Amino acid sequence: MAEHNQVQGGVPMTMIQALRSGLDVMMGRDDNVIVYGEDVGYFGGVFRVTEGLQAKYGKTRCFDAPINESGIVATAIGMAAYGLKPVVEIQFADYFYPATDQIVSEAARLRHRSAGDFSAPMVIRMPCGGGIYGGQTHSQSPEAFFTHVCGLRTVMPSNPYDAKGLLISSIECEDPVIFLEPKRLYNGPFDGHHDKPVVPWSKHDMGRVPEGYYNVPLDKAVVFRPGKAVTVLAYGTMVWVAEAAAREAGVDAEIIDLRSLWPLDLDTILESVKKTGRCVVVHEATRTSGFGAELTALVQEHCFYHLEAPIERVTGWDTPYPHAQEWAYFPGPARVAEALKRAVEA
Amino acid sequence: MTPHTALRLHVPEPTGRPGCKTDFSYLSVSPAGSVRRPPPDTAPADTADLATSLVRVLDDDGKAQGPWAPAMHPERMRRGLRAMMKTRIFDARMLLAQRQKKLSFYMQCLGEEAIAVAHSMALQDGDMCFPTYRQQGLLLARDDVSMAEMICQLMSNEADPIKGRQLPVMYSYKRAGFFSISGNLGTQVPQAVGWAMASAIKGDTKIASAWIGDGSTAESDFHTALTFAHVYRAPVIINVVNNQWAISTFQAIAGGEGTTFAQRGVGVGIASLRVDGNDFLAVYAASQWAAERARSNCGPTLIEWETYRAGPHSTSDDPSKYRPADDWQRFPLGDPIERLKQHLIVIGEWSEAQHEAAHKELEAEVMAAQKEAERHGSLLDGRVPSAATMFDDVYKDMPEHLRRQRQQMGV
Repeated sequence: MAEHNQVQGGVPMTMIQALRSGLDVMMGRDDNVIVYGEDVGYFGGVFRVTEGLQAKYGKTRCFDAPINESGIVATAIGMAAYGLKPVVEIQFADYFYPATDQIVSEAARLRHRSAGDFSAPMVIRMPCGGGIYGGQTHSQSPEAFFTHVCGLRTVMPSNPYDAKGLLISSIECEDPVIFLEPKRLYNGPFDGHHDKPVVPWSKHDMGRVPEGYYNVPLDKAVVFRPGKAVTVLAYGTMVWVAEAAAREAGVDAEIIDLRSLWPLDLDTILESVKKTGRCVVVHEATRTSGFGAELTALVQEHCFYHLEAPIERVTGWDTPYPHAQEWAYFPGPARVAEALKRAVEA
Repeated sequence: MTPHTALRLHVPEPTGRPGCKTDFSYLSVSPAGSVRRPPPDTAPADTADLATSLVRVLDDDGKAQGPWAPAMHPERMRRGLRAMMKTRIFDARMLLAQRQKKLSFYMQCLGEEAIAVAHSMALQDGDMCFPTYRQQGLLLARDDVSMAEMICQLMSNEADPIKGRQLPVMYSYKRAGFFSISGNLGTQVPQAVGWAMASAIKGDTKIASAWIGDGSTAESDFHTALTFAHVYRAPVIINVVNNQWAISTFQAIAGGEGTTFAQRGVGVGIASLRVDGNDFLAVYAASQWAAERARSNCGPTLIEWETYRAGPHSTSDDPSKYRPADDWQRFPLGDPIERLKQHLIVIGEWSEAQHEAAHKELEAEVMAAQKEAERHGSLLDGRVPSAATMFDDVYKDMPEHLRRQRQQMGV
């Protein structure tokens, strides 16, 4: 099982700063890394991830794109086929739908359909998840759309250290990578208690990030919190929500932060579930045909005779993400805690 | 209050249908040599008239006329003629092979040969075309792509360079500047713009050439491509092949009625030309103009090529169900091969006897290539690439889950 690197040194960074640092390091190392998207150039992005990159690297390396997600991805495919390494931003994950054909039918399959003659290695960054009163068009977690597509890698970090290391690995990867950034974690480890102030990353261990180059491998999960009673499979914001739920419910849960959703580090998952015999899957996205369905199926296929309780799923409801009622929608620590108790008591 | 007239929905129709001749007066045709040729660095807005008129060089007597007539050595013209003939013969042989079930499917470019062939001759090595399925002429005009290998792709056999993964005609030839063809129409046009942007970002000298049919210009990808090409002044040529038909749908349904596809370009700030696509010399001249423009940092050009899809859309189509059988014979722009042949004969650089001899030679070449390809099998004998190879190239390196699935398949 992979364990989190103990960061010696490093400087305090928010997830935004860590992502920016990752882009900066890679743009500095490789002239072929090109960054663009809506509001990404002069202004530096609506979440400020690309701030300062145009001033540092010039406007042919970091620039604004028209409001056209399909065009952003399509031009990135052309650039990648030429030999560049585009890292493009979709301003909100909720906006990727116009680019679906270019992602699913083109970027993901170019290598296969041409038997390796052409390929489209690129990173498509997109902030995802709710909890900022973004309503139904600024809150979605569309990861299952991507994990369903062969040829794509789908990644979602839960902290600044992983965010930078995974972004660097994604830029170095030869496959197209969907890089989902839980925007509720941009400034601190949000645990679902929306009525309490969030600890800033500057006061958290995982907010210490080396300034230079390092990477975190793709398709390697990490045991975020060791435990014996039940395995929790989570990623992004839900890692922190699950951690709060386990602590508050007094359940000795082993929380696995998947980090890479697909390809998946199945071995780490199976090892844990075989040990605990119980499993709770948590995600913020809607429930039906969500990525949790795949995780649940895999666990029962491989661990059926080790299971001592039904696998639980805690997810967003099967409704659009509501604006005023978002905390009723969000699968917070209370809902996760109930599932943990059901799983250990079954 | 006066009552309003009841509203009526307009659904465009072609003038011709089976049993009813097409009135080709809808196609505005300028006399050969009558359209002006501005310098390639002209401002996009100043090409407005060129987006409605029709650039033509060859007149009805086979003479080259006007400012667009290119200074082209007769040897190059003969090369072009041979490439067009080769393309037509290749298509005819492959149609036959499809009927013999050696191919699952085929798409010919009958009547449109001049566009890809002459355009290819105006490009340089290293430039990248992003074609549709009807630009086989781009490959057949080159002498560095083996016909036998192309036929292996068509037959999905053991020597298919893309391992049986795609429908016949969906070639991929990076080394020949031919981007992998997608069956999803129009997606390649904004990709070509991205490729061209990359060339400009790197300070390279290469340009991209994107291809799309009249029907697919209705896709949002086309409009996306125009916007990005204009915004970043990308070194790209956007070719709209208006062959009048998208399967059974007349070009008016894609938005060609009362306007031209070339005018889309002017509207977004792209220099645009409307050109006789069956006139080899006009295609070469306009392609060269656009390529020079792109290579001089003057940005993109949109060219609408007027032509006619003489054959069915594909081997799965029957045009006698939706258009007059003799439409091509009555199409005002004629047959591109006949027109260049006539020109070469008029200038004393070709003869009927030479034409006949070239035809026989090319037929033998295509037959030999097919024979060579069939040595590697075909769909008929089931000698296709091993099923295990379907798991390769999904990712750069095969992940564990695919390794397991390959094992599960038992090969």
